Amino acid sequence: MKKSSEKIIEKLLLSSALFTILTTLLIIAILLFETVKFFSEISIIDFFTDTEWTPLFDDKHFGILPLLSGTFLTSMVATLIALPVGLVIAIYLNEYSGNKFRKTIKPLLELLAAVPTVIYGFFALVIVTPFLQQFIPGLAGFSSLSAGIVMGIMIIPYVSSLSEDALFAVPKSLREASYGMGATKFQTVFKVTLPAASSGVIVAVILAISRAIGETMIVAIAAGQQPRLTLNPLVPVETITAYIVQVSLGDVPRESLEYTTIFAAGITLFIFTLILNNISFWLRNKFREKYD
Amino acid sequence: MTEILSKKKKKKKKNKTSVEKSVKSNFIISTESLNAYYSETQALFDINIQIPKLAVTAFIGPSGCGKSTLLRVFNRMNDYIDGFKTEGKVLVDDTDIYAKNIDTETLRKNVGMVFQKPNPFPKSIYENVAFGLKIQGINDKSFIEHRIEESLKQVALWGEVKDKMKKNAYGLSGGQQQRLCIARTLAVEPSVVLMDEPTSALDPISTGRIEELLFELRNNYSIVIVTHNMQQAARISDKTAFFWLGKIVEYNDTKKIFTNPKNKQTENYISGHFG
Amino acid sequence: MISTKKNKIIDKLFQILGIISTFFGLLLLAVFIGFILYQGLGRLNFDFITALPSRIPERAGIYTALAGSLWILALSIIFSVPLGIAAAIYLEEYIPEGKFSKFLEINISNLAGVPSIIYGLLGLQIFSMFPGLNGSLLAGAFTLSLLILPIIIVAAREAIRAVPSSIKDAAYALGATKWQTIRHQTLPAAFGGIMTGIILALSRAVGEAAPLIVVGAMAYVPFVPKSPIDQYSVLPIQIFNWISRPQHGFVINAAAGIIVLLVITFSMNALAVYLRNKNQKKFS
Repeated sequence: MKKSSEKIIEKLLLSSALFTILTTLLIIAILLFETVKFFSEISIIDFFTDTEWTPLFDDKHFGILPLLSGTFLTSMVATLIALPVGLVIAIYLNEYSGNKFRKTIKPLLELLAAVPTVIYGFFALVIVTPFLQQFIPGLAGFSSLSAGIVMGIMIIPYVSSLSEDALFAVPKSLREASYGMGATKFQTVFKVTLPAASSGVIVAVILAISRAIGETMIVAIAAGQQPRLTLNPLVPVETITAYIVQVSLGDVPRESLEYTTIFAAGITLFIFTLILNNISFWLRNKFREKYD
Repeated sequence: MTEILSKKKKKKKKNKTSVEKSVKSNFIISTESLNAYYSETQALFDINIQIPKLAVTAFIGPSGCGKSTLLRVFNRMNDYIDGFKTEGKVLVDDTDIYAKNIDTETLRKNVGMVFQKPNPFPKSIYENVAFGLKIQGINDKSFIEHRIEESLKQVALWGEVKDKMKKNAYGLSGGQQQRLCIARTLAVEPSVVLMDEPTSALDPISTGRIEELLFELRNNYSIVIVTHNMQQAARISDKTAFFWLGKIVEYNDTKKIFTNPKNKQTENYISGHFG
Repeated sequence: MISTKKNKIIDKLFQILGIISTFFGLLLLAVFIGFILYQGLGRLNFDFITALPSRIPERAGIYTALAGSLWILALSIIFSVPLGIAAAIYLEEYIPEGKFSKFLEINISNLAGVPSIIYGLLGLQIFSMFPGLNGSLLAGAFTLSLLILPIIIVAAREAIRAVPSSIKDAAYALGATKWQTIRHQTLPAAFGGIMTGIILALSRAVGEAAPLIVVGAMAYVPFVPKSPIDQYSVLPIQIFNWISRPQHGFVINAAAGIIVLLVITFSMNALAVYLRNKNQKKFS
């Protein structure tokens, strides 16, 4: 009797683990289902080549490029902020600072990623944009610059903690060899440690970018709702995520073409993050093996 | 439920042949052509050993010689290691413990184990000793308390802890923790107690107390102890087996092993020439 | 000699850059929070917490949104915690090593990386099959549960892995079955670590707005939800709604709402850090 109850428990635990696979399958199935409906009416060539995205207007265009450029632009700005800052933090904490300082500062840095994104959106819109407008006259009230900067602050801890792991994994002996030849810390870091940890740092950057392109509330609040194929960070744009929010807030009937657009946009986003995440998993496994 | 080790079956077997009975009943554990493997690596080679009842048997030998592996074969603690497998027979109370229908939980209640580093549960002293009883479905509080007191007295810990039974066991000293772990094992009334270098993490005074304890316990339990400490083996055991490279090189009365070893390797080892 | 001196100066300069970078984000956050406090603290009073939403900024409050957030939290705990811990136990204690375990592992890592808004689309589509549940607390909580499930699984696995194997050995050696060992020794010993993970996951859930907007949470809910099938709003959506309005009064309301939301998430994070520190000392 005891044996059979042990078996039942194991089966229950197994089904909980299998539930995660079910979730993945459901996500893919649902995105595909509506996307197929979408492409039965819209040509896939138009989707990738049309330079306008206006499904909610009378003159409808269904080119994903403007949403992609908005997504790309905000993520780029965020990465340009988070990469240097996060990397320098990682180097400083791992190579220069004392253990005690690191232990106190790390939970505080993690706090940057814990602030709800709707609050960051508020910061971008109400504080950062008016502040920047004093120096950049052409800056619009909504822009990828403000949204991107604030998003960059949010993803600093992603870059710093993952890079720190990568630096930490570099064997001490390599560093000691460099010190032994009279190199300073700075020289050791940039000539020895950082090159050795480079793939780990790339993992950090990729995951941070993946986080940025999926971020929603900051861009929905501060980047605007105007799909626009541009690389100018000063004007309003719209990201994929912001578009989905915009449609969800409106009153779009189910079974309409407009309704399927959020799934077509969603699957595009999903595929991008899926690719980025799996490149980073693959790289991470590779650099873990390196020093074993 | 397969209560292989139940008394009923033992009786049946004893009635079978009186010759077998008289031969076997002096031994609590015996192995027949036992080989053991960790995946591809063979760890034990053709082990044939008979462990006497109500005595202390010591396993000695250099690190990695297989003595701990064999100890863990006796209560199947190696089951949790991926790729571990055995060939041959291991009989405990005349029952092959690697047979298909064996219930490992029942086996381990009968063959208890004390580990190298004291490993109390991160719970109260009371909970530590009560755990083995509770998982058997015993709920009778007065019986549990009685068993706890008895076991703690057996390891001479009762006086030191009786006023702090609800305190976390991690507050005890290393030596006290190890005695608690022994008491925890005794509480479920095993007939065999396996000890895997039980004093290697302890100071000399705590070690002395545990050795004293072993003298007492041998009257009621069959004890197998793995030790790195030659003097300890000489002091406390009745029989000693010397292991080398997964084989038993020599197995005999402790006195004979330490005064007149038949094998050159054994002699070198106990006189400290290697290992 | 000169180059050695130059190198030393570079070293010092980099160290200063390191300190500046470390505090860059934190200082900006401090400035932001200072601004929020300046704007919103005056608005924050008992009435603001207990008032229903309103078209007049001075009368509006966060009562229903706060109630919605609590509902969502409670329901998410019911869905995600048992499921997450059970999956973690299976992955740490039962699963045979091999292709299946690798596959599950990659799958969970991927789920953790799926943007939250995609979970919103998933919830939207699932609950459109049950028209009565559209925009209900149940739909929102289920969606958020899927979102935080991978976080809980990963954290619970780490906590279970941190339990020394000597404790499990001790239980097995006393004749405990696998489940008895897990139930009575491994899980209690991992409890602190699991709690830390759950609290961090819930702190993420309480701040989420995007997936809930997609599954039909409302911006204006003039009543407190009474049951899981009721309509609701949550604090982040209420804040979002106020931010999008032109009147200055609503910006102040948003700031006040943000203070409340920040207090909630920061205390949850502080609790998690406290538990984690307390836990690190446990097995030493």
